[in-house]
Amino acid sequence: MDDREPNRRRFIKKGVALAGWVAAGGTGFAKGQTASSAASETPAKDLDAYGERSHYVTSARIFPPPWGPDPFGLTSHLFTPLQDSVGIITPASLHYTMAHKGFYVPDINPAQHRLMIHGMVDHPLIFTMDDLKRFPSVTRVHYLECNGNKARPDHKTVQRACGLTSCSAWTGVPLSLLLKEAGVHNGANWIVAEGVEDNKGSMTLPLAKAMDDMLVAYGQNGEPVRPQNGFPLRLLVPGFEGLCNVKWLRRIKVVDEFYGTYNEMDRYTSVDPKTVKPLPFLQGPKSVITFPSGSQKLPERGHYQVTGLAWSGGGAIRRVEVSADGGHSWKDADLQSSVHRMAHTRFGIDWVWSGEECVLMSRCTDELGQLQPTLTEFARFLHQTPIDLFTKAMVPNGHNNYILPWKIDPDGNVQNGLA
Amino acid sequence: MAWRSLLVPAMILAASAAASAQAPDYNLGRKPTDEEIRAWDISVAPDGKGLPAGSGTAVEGAKLYVRKGCVICHGPDGRGGLAPNLAKGKDALPASGHAEKNIVVFSPFATTLWDFISRAMPLQRAGTLKPDEVYALTAYLLYKNDIIQENDVLDAQTLLKVKMPNREGFIPPDISQYKPGSPMPFTIIPDPAAEKK
Repeated sequence: MDDREPNRRRFIKKGVALAGWVAAGGTGFAKGQTASSAASETPAKDLDAYGERSHYVTSARIFPPPWGPDPFGLTSHLFTPLQDSVGIITPASLHYTMAHKGFYVPDINPAQHRLMIHGMVDHPLIFTMDDLKRFPSVTRVHYLECNGNKARPDHKTVQRACGLTSCSAWTGVPLSLLLKEAGVHNGANWIVAEGVEDNKGSMTLPLAKAMDDMLVAYGQNGEPVRPQNGFPLRLLVPGFEGLCNVKWLRRIKVVDEFYGTYNEMDRYTSVDPKTVKPLPFLQGPKSVITFPSGSQKLPERGHYQVTGLAWSGGGAIRRVEVSADGGHSWKDADLQSSVHRMAHTRFGIDWVWSGEECVLMSRCTDELGQLQPTLTEFARFLHQTPIDLFTKAMVPNGHNNYILPWKIDPDGNVQNGLA
Repeated sequence: MAWRSLLVPAMILAASAAASAQAPDYNLGRKPTDEEIRAWDISVAPDGKGLPAGSGTAVEGAKLYVRKGCVICHGPDGRGGLAPNLAKGKDALPASGHAEKNIVVFSPFATTLWDFISRAMPLQRAGTLKPDEVYALTAYLLYKNDIIQENDVLDAQTLLKVKMPNREGFIPPDISQYKPGSPMPFTIIPDPAAEKK
């Protein structure tokens, strides 16, 4: 009774403060709240306190070799089970993660976490998590995709070939708001963002992007960002390569030059062995069919709903087309979810399988008019042949967004069409 | 009608935000002390911004390489350990084909090494190395890759003068590419008119 009283009083006070905008209902709602809160005063236990999925549902992330465990026994890459996905939101528990080898997910007490903004600003600032939550928040649906999300012929499932992408509703503060508070100097054109984890992962990012739509996010799908995804605070850089989205964010320095951090100078560089060309940041239009997909089996001929996900760093998905004849002819699929910019978009199309061998493919077009390339077209960008892409040891930089075909044999077995 | 009553305050808010674009609007957060900024700001730029005072040589670095445990993960000669190779192999910078991307040979800036050793190494004890030790370890790795001599002294000035073998290979990012709403550097944008035919 005693500790309930202050809560009640605070709520009524808030109701009065709200009355300035919302004329009616303030105190009435408060009364109702007080009455109903009595019933939930005792914390519920187990599944009543925090729910769990049905034990019949077993969809899980995987960490296939060589991605984990790494030589230090740590898990580095976890792949999202796209074959089981419905809609566009990835449950936080199934969100892909990627961590560079050799460090652990930090255990951060949010009460002690701070974000500092400094460098070429009038007013350097340090924010607590509570400070950040006093700013107007925004919630936006955005995908994230790892630069390493590259489908190869030996990948059996859509999870293995394409599972390093996920999509969440992220809640936080626009970074532009914080930078305006700090007052950015003329002449600044980059920011350096840094995490608090063991190796203080750091990236140089364009200030123009920060002022456009970067988000300092503390929420993911209606709850605090999960530790593997950056708890308590992470940077969201919509449409840029995954590693730009600095997790466990502690510091943003406004600067006037490219800093050339380890990540920018090492593996994430160009194809040419002697050229150090940093990542182009932007990810192109990409789509993948999640059903039917690799290792699944169509039980019989007849009607199916071909479904999948499409996304682009260039903005909203405008169109998704599906081919059932290996790309000779294309049909428009329906966009079956709300369409957000730089977000997974669910597509689907009715299809009747005749029982004959066929190749299913999807391709998407984004709001800039960019069309998802075929493997051959993509290889041409990099002055490679398609076979070179899979046989040469070097890893091309940039986003791999070529079409991933699924081959269906007369028995209904679905296999990787790159093979 | 309900619309209109909401619109008016929104317009006033928008106008006041525009009027004071550069001034703090929310007065949230606090000003860090200079000491706090110094302690947090570990970034080192290719032009040397952020490099602290201190110095070291490869001779000292060789001892630290063992004493600090680098050798356990990176191998006795900077090769063959669990962690990435730090001494160059024959594929360090080939004319064509697969490059090993050994960070020491591959990075166009010696500051990248200094920055990463300082912020991220040794594993699980990152941030414990003193500036002298970071200069010495950087010198040792550059020496193991035939970039400097064993007794060359590295400090905030000499580190910037180190001639990195891949410096000429660096293509600086073109900041003008990053205007919001720009397409990917390589992409296909079909002509809608051509498609209709």
